Amino acid sequence: MTRVGDIAAKVRSKNAGPFWLTIDVFCADSAAFTRLSQGLKDTAVARLFQITPDSLLRFDIADLKVIKFSLPRPAIQGARADRDMHGAAFAELLADLEFR
Amino acid sequence: MTRILVPSGALGLGYDRAALAAGVAASPDLIAIDGGSTDSGPHYLGTATSKYSRATTMAEWAELMQARAKAGVPLVIGTAGTCGADATVDWMFEITREVARRTGERLRVAVLKSEQAGPEMAAAFAAGRITPLSGAPEINADTLAQCTHIVALAGAEQIQAALATGADIVIAGRTTDTAIIAALPLARGDHPGAAWHGAKVGECGALATTRPGSGVVMLDFDGEGFIMTPLAEGAAATPQSVAAHMLYENADPNHLHEPGGLLDVSDAKYMALDAQRTRVIGALWRKSHRYTVKLEAARPAGYQVVSLTLIRDPRYIAGAREWCAAIEAKCTDQARTRLGAARFTIELRRIGIDATLGALETGHVMPQELGILAIVTGESAEQAGEIAKMLNPYLLHHPLTPDEPMPTFAFPFSPPEMARGMVHEFCLNHVLELDNPMDAFRLEVVEI
Repeated sequence: MTRVGDIAAKVRSKNAGPFWLTIDVFCADSAAFTRLSQGLKDTAVARLFQITPDSLLRFDIADLKVIKFSLPRPAIQGARADRDMHGAAFAELLADLEFR
Repeated sequence: MTRILVPSGALGLGYDRAALAAGVAASPDLIAIDGGSTDSGPHYLGTATSKYSRATTMAEWAELMQARAKAGVPLVIGTAGTCGADATVDWMFEITREVARRTGERLRVAVLKSEQAGPEMAAAFAAGRITPLSGAPEINADTLAQCTHIVALAGAEQIQAALATGADIVIAGRTTDTAIIAALPLARGDHPGAAWHGAKVGECGALATTRPGSGVVMLDFDGEGFIMTPLAEGAAATPQSVAAHMLYENADPNHLHEPGGLLDVSDAKYMALDAQRTRVIGALWRKSHRYTVKLEAARPAGYQVVSLTLIRDPRYIAGAREWCAAIEAKCTDQARTRLGAARFTIELRRIGIDATLGALETGHVMPQELGILAIVTGESAEQAGEIAKMLNPYLLHHPLTPDEPMPTFAFPFSPPEMARGMVHEFCLNHVLELDNPMDAFRLEVVEI
């Protein structure tokens, strides 16, 4: 089984303010970028975060070999339901996603 | 041409002292440092307190005041005291006065306050001058009345007004991270797109360089672009490291909303000048027809008491989900019956299984041991404490099945309950429309 994190050089997640989460998938080379850019589907990422694909923003930035996803935070930062103040661990969820 | 020295991403994080000295020797026009952000959560704005220790803040600030005196230029701090509420601006001012008293320095200090009064915000909301941003929670007049602190994010105009007083030091309440850097180049007629773009790249200090922990960077703005120069030994700002910084804590890597307009870096070009410096051109500033400032607010969200229980028994680790659900249900019933309490929650998080991601977790590895983080949130400190005490016997002895010897679990502390006091939540992701940029802000000049 190949995971997103096996292809990417690094996956990073962070708050983009208290209401948004942003996840950056960094690739070491163009081959990895192309592979993930073409193979990583919005629907799979949306399903992973249990949201509808239309609330997922996506940027494929070839110059930087980065694929960026932004979405409304699963829980507002610091609210009772929030588990991760800085949004740090959502990267691991995407890194663990099985890539076909 | 304007040269801005940024000692680090935030006051309290530390920086490379030799690099700061090199920056001062390079004759900057202004020294700018950020004092905070929302990134550490709603507690700080909710209570108007600083995340960083006073002693650390004072030690670093005293060094920056010394650097300022040597350079003979203004020193600006934005979002003073983590949240930029009036009380943390006052806190920062007192620290400044204490340092000046010690050194015998005489200073002109401009104090810019960003806090908003609830009734005024309720009136602005009723007048349709407060509008939601994407992902904003629903609000009404009650929401605004419940907030303990509301701040508006000042932009370049308000910092320019503070600098125009001839201040040696500007202590600002909540500002955008970029405004304290962009204000002077904009006032001096440097390229507006470059001013905001350089400010965004530089606002986290050396984070946009190959040595993120070194802190100190210098930004040179001109009529066409900007140059980023890290000042620590061995640090480099490469086209890649600079361009990649637009990704950081930013939902959209090409656009950044600021008071009065939108930064668009879609067509920016990044060029290495040498092994250490990168030049950037091509960012655009799109002025908006309305002048709006973003609002942040926090309101009370109950009182919390937490506890930690440790489970080492493999059978209980395997059955943790049912075990937690049973305890939550039993204790909720008991609290309802004995306290007549209606508004409270009991949540057990399984550290080692899914405490971090909750329902999103996709992994299924069973751990060696399990932490049970119990979180009781109630309407008062007393009520939350009572419920947490009702929870304890379950956490200590609750059996997975009725027909087994009574188990006992590990507790690292006595008492096991830890009171967190009042907790807060962010409740605004809105903008406030202003006729004049200074309308929501107060500027005062004090000689110390």
